Amino acid sequence: MHFFSLSMTLFSICILVFTSCRDDAYVYLSESKQVAPRRINSKIKGFYLLNEGNMGMNRATIDFFNYDTGEYFTDTYSEKNPEVVKELGDVGNDIEIYGSKCYAVINCSNYVEVFDAQSGIHIASIDIPNCRYIKFHDGKAYVSSYSGPVGLSPNAEHGFVAEIDTTSLTLTRKVIVGYQPEEMVIKENKLYVANSGGYRVPNYDRTVSVIDIPSFEIIKTIDVGINLHRMEIDKRGDIYVSSRGDYYDVSPNLYVIDSDSDEVKQKLDIPVSELCMMGDSLYYYSTAYSFTTGTNEVTYGILDTRDKQIVSHKIIKDGTDKDIMMPYGLSVNPETKEIYITDAQNYVVTGYLYCYSPDGVLKWKTPAGNIPAHIAYLYK
Amino acid sequence: MTRKRLFPISVHKILYRSLVCTFLYVPINVCAQSALDSIQHIQEVVITAKPFKEVIPIQKLSGIQLEKLSAMNVADALRYFSGVQIKDFGGMGGLKTVNVRNMGSHHVGVFYDGIEVGNAQNGVVDLGKFSLDNMEEVALYNGQKSDIFQSAKDFSSASAVYMRTKRPHFEKDKETNIQLRYRTGSIQLSNPSLQIEHRFNSNLKATVNAEHIHSNGQYKFRYKRLMMNGEVAYDTTAIRKNSDIDAYRIETALFGASNNTSWHAKLYYYGSDRGLPGAIVKNVFGSGERQNDKNFFAQGSLIREVNEKYKFKINAKFAYDYTHYLSRDSVEFLNDYVTQKMQFDNSYYQQDVYLSTVHAYEIKPWWNASVSVDFEYNKLNATMRGVNTPFTFPQRYTTLAAFASSADLGRIKLQANVLGTFVTETVKNNVASPDKLEWAPAVFMNYEPIESGPFNFRVFYKRIFRMPTFNDLYYTQIGYSQLKPEFTDQYNLGFTYNKVFHHAFLDKIHFQSDMYYARITNKIIASPTGSSFRWMMTNMGLVETKGVDTSAEILAHVNHLKGRLNLSYSYSKAQDFTKINGLKMSSYGDQIPYTPWHSLSVIGGLQFLQWGLNYSFIYVGERYDGAVNNIERNHVEPWYTHDLSLDYSFTTNRIKWRISGEVNNLLNQYYDVVLNYPMPGRNYRLALTMNL
Repeated sequence: MHFFSLSMTLFSICILVFTSCRDDAYVYLSESKQVAPRRINSKIKGFYLLNEGNMGMNRATIDFFNYDTGEYFTDTYSEKNPEVVKELGDVGNDIEIYGSKCYAVINCSNYVEVFDAQSGIHIASIDIPNCRYIKFHDGKAYVSSYSGPVGLSPNAEHGFVAEIDTTSLTLTRKVIVGYQPEEMVIKENKLYVANSGGYRVPNYDRTVSVIDIPSFEIIKTIDVGINLHRMEIDKRGDIYVSSRGDYYDVSPNLYVIDSDSDEVKQKLDIPVSELCMMGDSLYYYSTAYSFTTGTNEVTYGILDTRDKQIVSHKIIKDGTDKDIMMPYGLSVNPETKEIYITDAQNYVVTGYLYCYSPDGVLKWKTPAGNIPAHIAYLYK
Repeated sequence: MTRKRLFPISVHKILYRSLVCTFLYVPINVCAQSALDSIQHIQEVVITAKPFKEVIPIQKLSGIQLEKLSAMNVADALRYFSGVQIKDFGGMGGLKTVNVRNMGSHHVGVFYDGIEVGNAQNGVVDLGKFSLDNMEEVALYNGQKSDIFQSAKDFSSASAVYMRTKRPHFEKDKETNIQLRYRTGSIQLSNPSLQIEHRFNSNLKATVNAEHIHSNGQYKFRYKRLMMNGEVAYDTTAIRKNSDIDAYRIETALFGASNNTSWHAKLYYYGSDRGLPGAIVKNVFGSGERQNDKNFFAQGSLIREVNEKYKFKINAKFAYDYTHYLSRDSVEFLNDYVTQKMQFDNSYYQQDVYLSTVHAYEIKPWWNASVSVDFEYNKLNATMRGVNTPFTFPQRYTTLAAFASSADLGRIKLQANVLGTFVTETVKNNVASPDKLEWAPAVFMNYEPIESGPFNFRVFYKRIFRMPTFNDLYYTQIGYSQLKPEFTDQYNLGFTYNKVFHHAFLDKIHFQSDMYYARITNKIIASPTGSSFRWMMTNMGLVETKGVDTSAEILAHVNHLKGRLNLSYSYSKAQDFTKINGLKMSSYGDQIPYTPWHSLSVIGGLQFLQWGLNYSFIYVGERYDGAVNNIERNHVEPWYTHDLSLDYSFTTNRIKWRISGEVNNLLNQYYDVVLNYPMPGRNYRLALTMNL
């Protein structure tokens, strides 16, 4: 009898001691940290950083760095928009500012989030299934998407590029392009989109679709290389497009398309995972993964777009590149030429953002969100 | 999209909060049958020379206790054991896996009537598929079952779940028993079942058991957040979609015995069609992925006691598993129907052949030894529409050999074994994983300070590994054929207090507590991606886990009122200490995902004549989600459910009836076990059982 009541007492104590009750869930709050000295007289107010977040986790978040105060704010979106159900969403894939608005492409939540760039307050969401990247031209936004008209056989669907009117924030047109289209560049009235065919392994797509914007029709399909991804365009109209290779035999590469003739004019034999154009310099890194060896080979470099020569095999010059587990995002501040590189770690845990001086010396480093990736600069 | 790579991760370290905890640990152990059982059941014909005292921590639920639990399947029942974490993806058809002592679900061996249920494809057995309807006992062993007369497979996992189906039992001259049951409940549950038992003669008995489960899987879930001032930020309630299930199971068994031989043979078929409820994320409140299963196996076991000193056992099994996975979600967009995500229309065909033989010899009355040799063959085929990558078509040949010995030195009992495993694989495409040969030892000791006294102390060490699965090795774009096996080293120290009282208010007290330390090296972790069928592999290099599992059982009575209480409590600290290329991850030293520090369960039962009342409670403490880092953003609140059931038994015209009603999740708590996979709120069930 004793034992019985004793056990019951013990048990009750345990419940009290250990079973802290379930609290109500509160909105996710932003946290800030001073990471750099204040800087005044900068034309750029700061930048938004989009953390992709792992699939199924609903963990896309937006961080903000303020140059004026030197403060880094993680996860600003949900605090500013507490009423938005399930926050920003699942897997962010691109972020850009156009006019007064910021556009975040949320891939697995199938929509483009539009918020006021200065205040961070939600304006609209535009549903686009499986959306990937965004580019702007003449008051319109262009969004590439893996989605395509349902076919008989799985993954035989071509993707599309959709057009959004940035004033009314409504969808206007779409054009079917190649398989699983990725990044785009725009030159005058021509939109170029890199088709990956990533769902169709090993039959990757190898083309760039050229779209005439006024008619919104494909006017040319350029054969380039397998599994295309990144795109940048230089001042002279040369388009740089990266091929991810097949992770086995075909190595990643970088091709140049002449936008006058719309033909491939050069294959640069540089492995590239991410590109960032700044003036005449094309910054890049590569994490060429090989299933054959099970390893990543990480390389960095800067290409002079005038003569297509590699200026440097290093972006980071103080040896801190060895601390970066998995470089993922790459961006250069257009005003100060400071270089930002994100570290996605193993894609599961919290990643880091590294800031380097233009000559490649580490200035600061801070934890970001899960898979920190894309940066958009906000001007004052 | 090609981003999931798998790097290893992490680590752990451990501090116990305070010793006080150790004393408060509520003990528990759910064990053995009790005097309360109103349904008798007989032990299967077991030919063993002497009963061997359990050297190894065991927890079990059986008989009427299992029946009264508000649980439909084995996964639900295992939640009541200490040291167990269930991953439950919610929904009626959602995946349910069990993880013991944070070593990962791949380290849990699952045995159905004595023979292991395998899954060479992903290494994880969905315990939600095993119904409790015809289950007589569910037992969990840390380390392994403390028996040396067992197949090599029984030695081959870090912990083991044994499911034993009902054995036929006949009263006096009855030759046939029939049991009909119908369960219905919330979420449009309809669950008829039938069990027929027949005795051909005293040496040959047969059973047939069939069951159908249907549910539309639609239940309410709610996501709500408050602003810091307490105002509602958002509060949304929606209906879970695509979590319906339609499943059939039929199994039949023959039990035979003669002289010194006993045998049983079994045929099993399970077929299901189910929705795979996806993660609830922003703007995506439903997905249309479907899964179709057909599982068949035939197995048999024969034990023969050749003479007083020598006996042997033979087990054999053939299994065929088919899984069809379909993902063709589409949505209207600018006047077209377009696909929403990557499309799948894949079928997987898996075949397993298993043969085992065990030989045990009594060298001296106090000293026994055994040798067991198992052979297993696994083959996986697939057809994947729209996927042009050639499938690997792996085949695996595994040979296991175990040498075991036990000694009974009076108050000290010892057991030791070593297991050798040789694996070779062939593939049609890609690169086959290299051959592997591994040896793994285990040592157990039990000490009884006073002979036949209430106390028993035990200590064990076990080293074991698990092979990478076919998915780990060969999954397109995710698999890596050079993966190494994942090892666990487990150390355990514990005691049992067991006392039976006569002529007292108390009938029995059982208390047990075990402390353990486990180190997992080369750990391969599977986490869900957007779809529960595909896994994102991460190879967590090093995890250390420490914990205490405690359980208690108390039986008491006052006149006709009988009471029973089972309590269990676990404390665990499991840390990730992986370094990648010598670099510490941002989560270095953090508690691994979905691992609560504290969890407990209570089962309380009262029986008054024909009336029975059962209450159960489960508490899973705070933990961190799959984003790993122990930061506020990843924090998950505790969840706890209270379940209540009431039953009444009566007899009319020699027909025994039992009617029971259940209320589950009494407080209507909306919770996720796995982030973004909501569980049902309050729900009801009603069951009527008829025994002829």
